[in-house]
Amino acid sequence: MYLQTILLGRTYQFQTVKEVLAKASEVKSGDSLAGIAAGDKLERVAAKTVLAELLVSDIRNHPAVPYEEDFVTRIIQDDVDEKIYEKIKNWTIAELREWMLSSETTGEQILEVCRGLTSEVIAAVMKLMGNLDLMMVSSRLHITATCNTTIGGKDIFASRLQPNHPIDDIKGVAASTLEGLSYGIGDAVLGLNPAVDTVDSTVAIWKLLGDIRDRYEIPTQTCVLSHITTQMKALQTGAKADLCFQSLAGSQKACEAFGISPDILGEAYDMFLRDGSAKGKNVMYFETGQGSELSSGANFNTDQGVMECRCYGLARHYHPFLVNTVVGFMGPEYVYDTKQLIRAALEDVCGGHLHGLPMGCDVCYTNHMLTDQNDVESLATLLAATGCHYVMGLPQGDDVMLMYQSTGFHDVAALRELLHKHPIPEFEKWLEKWQIYENGKLGRNAGNPEIFL
Amino acid sequence: MEDNSKIEQLKKATPARIGIGHVGTRYKTRAYLDFLAAQAAASDAVFNEVPETVVEQLGTFEIQTKCQDKYEMLTRPDLGRLFSDETKAYLKAHCIQHPKVQIYFGDGLSSPSIEANIPDLFATMKAGLEDDGISVGTPFFVRYCRVNTAREIAPLLDAEVICVLIGERPGLITDESMSAYIAYHARPDMLESEYTVVANISRKGIPPVEAAAHIVDTIERILKFQCSGVELGKFV
Repeated sequence: MYLQTILLGRTYQFQTVKEVLAKASEVKSGDSLAGIAAGDKLERVAAKTVLAELLVSDIRNHPAVPYEEDFVTRIIQDDVDEKIYEKIKNWTIAELREWMLSSETTGEQILEVCRGLTSEVIAAVMKLMGNLDLMMVSSRLHITATCNTTIGGKDIFASRLQPNHPIDDIKGVAASTLEGLSYGIGDAVLGLNPAVDTVDSTVAIWKLLGDIRDRYEIPTQTCVLSHITTQMKALQTGAKADLCFQSLAGSQKACEAFGISPDILGEAYDMFLRDGSAKGKNVMYFETGQGSELSSGANFNTDQGVMECRCYGLARHYHPFLVNTVVGFMGPEYVYDTKQLIRAALEDVCGGHLHGLPMGCDVCYTNHMLTDQNDVESLATLLAATGCHYVMGLPQGDDVMLMYQSTGFHDVAALRELLHKHPIPEFEKWLEKWQIYENGKLGRNAGNPEIFL
Repeated sequence: MEDNSKIEQLKKATPARIGIGHVGTRYKTRAYLDFLAAQAAASDAVFNEVPETVVEQLGTFEIQTKCQDKYEMLTRPDLGRLFSDETKAYLKAHCIQHPKVQIYFGDGLSSPSIEANIPDLFATMKAGLEDDGISVGTPFFVRYCRVNTAREIAPLLDAEVICVLIGERPGLITDESMSAYIAYHARPDMLESEYTVVANISRKGIPPVEAAAHIVDTIERILKFQCSGVELGKFV
């Protein structure tokens, strides 16, 4: 393993694989805050140059946190398909990159090989990819998952309907839900972030969303994004939902800050398979986002791109129906501006796809970032073009509870029309029945929630 | 008329931007401009400076954290809680020592929150505490201020309770909301869970005068039970 290179007459010596990975990362304010970013642009390229010649095995053998100390590392390492790993362990990261980009390589082959890669290796190869490289790789990976309906599939661009309300008022949540449905939103999930994390409010919103789904016979899924332990208690009351939600982080210490462990995740997974209302076998919904490990002091001097990929390594253990990065929610300390936001989102969606996950993105920003709604619209277009499974749908993109902005109902409709994408097939049929969609586009009842009243 | 009342009922149930119609797949011009205005105000609230005249009108002086500008404030939370030795000496020289309660103001993530809330908020808090015989320290304004300045300032002035009134991250409903972060015997190694927080103080949330009364009650309970944050919750 050679951690030195000479670039334009200058010698660069790195001490560890971790340092190479961090310094090879594209600029993120979070890596600078952590004190692990490259000092200048040339040092970044030097680190990429060193990384290109490292072997898959070099990266696997240097996980972000030692195996003995961290359950995320253990799940990632234990889930590696050793037969596949044996075949490719001596590839360099440069060879892996070129193999992934080759026209001869199919998406199925890439997904197969990725079952033999740890999350650190997947993060590593993405550090040798430009934005369009990430998009090309991501776009050829076709991943499906099934809850009540099946997400993924050719030319499908789905959406989560996010009807958040400042105090979880049932009428208010219903109003935003009906409005969203009238724009063709909600085929991925009807999913609310509750303002109050209690069993009572989770049960009340489950019931509301389930009633709307049943009354109008909508082929979709329901979810309330309270803490996983709250949802488990809610399920024990006899109330039902299709999907079990939890935020994930990339190290044990950061997961503990979220109040989760493999025991809790495993138990919830079993409970929702057994007692939830989902028809299919994919019953989990996870959210991630670069920077959450550093924010809880649990990044172990590892860059946020690697840590984010480790979230996907953890996620794939539980065969989720939905995974999305909330790419612009952590704040400018981690993702500062539009450039960093675009890069992080493309990495996250590609990284999730390489892990075999049905990957979506909350294309979003807080008002203390150097971004605005135009950036959301541009990035959402890139992601829709790259095969991102779903984005959020909010009333005009404004979350009146979490106080940030994301993609609006109208944006999802526009991207489907622009890029010739469709809702999940059963859902589109349902939309046509209500004349919300006609001939694959918004129809005469679009934007009119009164049709449901 | 019947249809119209249905959509109005839906709109009344939520502050979310529903019932806004569409042109093709896109927003109508009025809705588009309304959104732009709200987002511009929110963004400006973060990136604009609190004018020096506002600090003067509050009748206070100003100090600055180790951050040099808004960029540093937003990307270096570690610097946004610290002060130079010179600033610390200045602060010590211009403030009452050993107050029961030290209250100060920080721009945080909303500059307009200072002018919008502090005059009513602070005057009501100060009067309420002093009426109950609780000494209040010298108020001041901190530029490029993070909540955790409280960990530095409380030991410096030997304040029993510290309360920073600081601008919140703005949303599109209001750009002038602020929070009070209150702690008993704040110090550099205290836990985040030791803060008691009163959030959403603004004309569109908890009005300043009402918030002041609530904060005064909270501070008096903190003094009585000699703890704050999660610990204080155990005495409810």
